[in-house]
Amino acid sequence: MNSVVALSNVTKRYGDVTALDGVSFAVRENTITGLLGRNGAGKSTLMRLLTGQDLAGSGRTEIFGARPYENEAVLSQVSFIKENQRYPDNFKVRHVLRAARTLYPNWDQDFADSLMEDFRLPLNRRMNRLSRGMFSAVGIVLGLASRAPLTLFDEPYLGLDAVARQLFYDRLLADYAENPRTVVLSTHLIDEVSDLIEHVLLIDGGRMLLDQDAETLREQAVTVTGPTAAVDEFTAGRDELHREQMGGFARVTVRSTGDSTERTRAHSHGVELEPVSLQQLVVHTTTRNTSSKESSR
Amino acid sequence: MDEGRPIFRQITDQIESSIIDGSLAEETRAPSTNELAAFHRINPATAAKGINQLAADGILYKRRGIGMFVSAGAQAKIRARRRERFAHEYVYPLVIEARKLGLSAEEIKDMIEHWEDQP
Repeated sequence: MNSVVALSNVTKRYGDVTALDGVSFAVRENTITGLLGRNGAGKSTLMRLLTGQDLAGSGRTEIFGARPYENEAVLSQVSFIKENQRYPDNFKVRHVLRAARTLYPNWDQDFADSLMEDFRLPLNRRMNRLSRGMFSAVGIVLGLASRAPLTLFDEPYLGLDAVARQLFYDRLLADYAENPRTVVLSTHLIDEVSDLIEHVLLIDGGRMLLDQDAETLREQAVTVTGPTAAVDEFTAGRDELHREQMGGFARVTVRSTGDSTERTRAHSHGVELEPVSLQQLVVHTTTRNTSSKESSR
Repeated sequence: MDEGRPIFRQITDQIESSIIDGSLAEETRAPSTNELAAFHRINPATAAKGINQLAADGILYKRRGIGMFVSAGAQAKIRARRRERFAHEYVYPLVIEARKLGLSAEEIKDMIEHWEDQP
C-alpha cells in the first residue's frame, strides 16, 4: 500500500531542546492514524514539519513523495487543523468558510453547511467573539469539509463538550467511509478515539515508542491479578510493563503470549486476566520509557 | 466495544451469535461494513476485517452488487465450532472453581440438573 507520509531519521532541535530525535515512520494511504503522546512529546513539531511550516534539522520528510516545505502542489492536498489557529482580526465565520472554499480543491459546500448546522455555528459572528468550543468547531468543519487527501487534526477539540466531540467522531467516520482519505489525529483523549483509529503512533521525548496497528496493540498486553506468588509464577520470564502491589495481592501488566490457552492456564494458576485498554497501554509504555531513561542517567 | 479484545473479533462473534439465535437468518443480507462502522463507531477497515474473516470461514458469501449474505448451513457450522470450545471456555473454569470450594462432581451435576428449580 502507498505511503502518504514518510519520515526517515528526522531530527529537529530548537536551541538546545531536541524536539524530534531520529524519528522514522510511514502513514499508509486511506487510514486513520492516532498520533498519541504527552504534552511536549513532539506531536505538534511533527505536524509542523508535515505541513511545511518548519524545516527538519536533518532527515527526510516526504508527503505524497515530495518535500512539503514551500511546495504548493503538495500543500494544496493537505488540510491542517490546530487548536491555536489564528485568523485576521475582523474575520467572521462566513469569511473563514469563503476562504476555505478557494483554498481547498475538494471543498464540499453542502457538507460544510450541514456541519455548520450540526455544530450550531453562527455565520455572522466574528471569530474572536466565539466561545472556545465554537472556535474549535469551526476548525472541525474546515478539516472535514475540505476533504483533503491528507487531513491533520492537532488536538482539534479544546473546549468542545462531549456531545460535540461525539458529533465530530460520527461525522468523521461516516464521511471517511464515503470518501476515504488519510487522516492523522493527535489527541490526549485516547479512550474516545481508540475504536476509530486503525494505526497508532506513540511519541515521547521526541522519539517514536510505538508504531503499530491498533488491533494488534489491543491484544498485546494483559493484566494479571491474584496472590503475588501465583501472579509471579504465571508471569515469570515475561516482559513486565507495570506492577501494582497491595499486601499479598499483585496486579501486573505483561506482554501477552497470544496463546489461546492462556485463560485456561490462568484459572489453574488461580489468577485472573483482564484486558488492557489502549489508553492503559499508552500510559504504561510512556511511564516505562520515562523511568528507564531516569535510571540510566 | 470491549477494551482489550480485537474489535474485528468482537464483530465476528456478534454476527455469529445473531446467526445462532436466528435473528440473522441464512440467505439474508448481513450488515454492511459501513453500517457496522457507523453503528459500533469503529473504523470501517476494522469492520471490513471482521466481514472478510466471516467470508473466509464460509459463514458469509458475497452477492455481487448487493452485499454479503449468510451462507446456507452457517448456523450448524457455528454451533459445531462453539460446542468444541464449550468445554474449554465454560466447563474448565467451572471445575476449577468447584474444586476450590470443595464441591464434588455429583454436587455439580445435581446443581446443573436442578438450577432452574432454584428461587
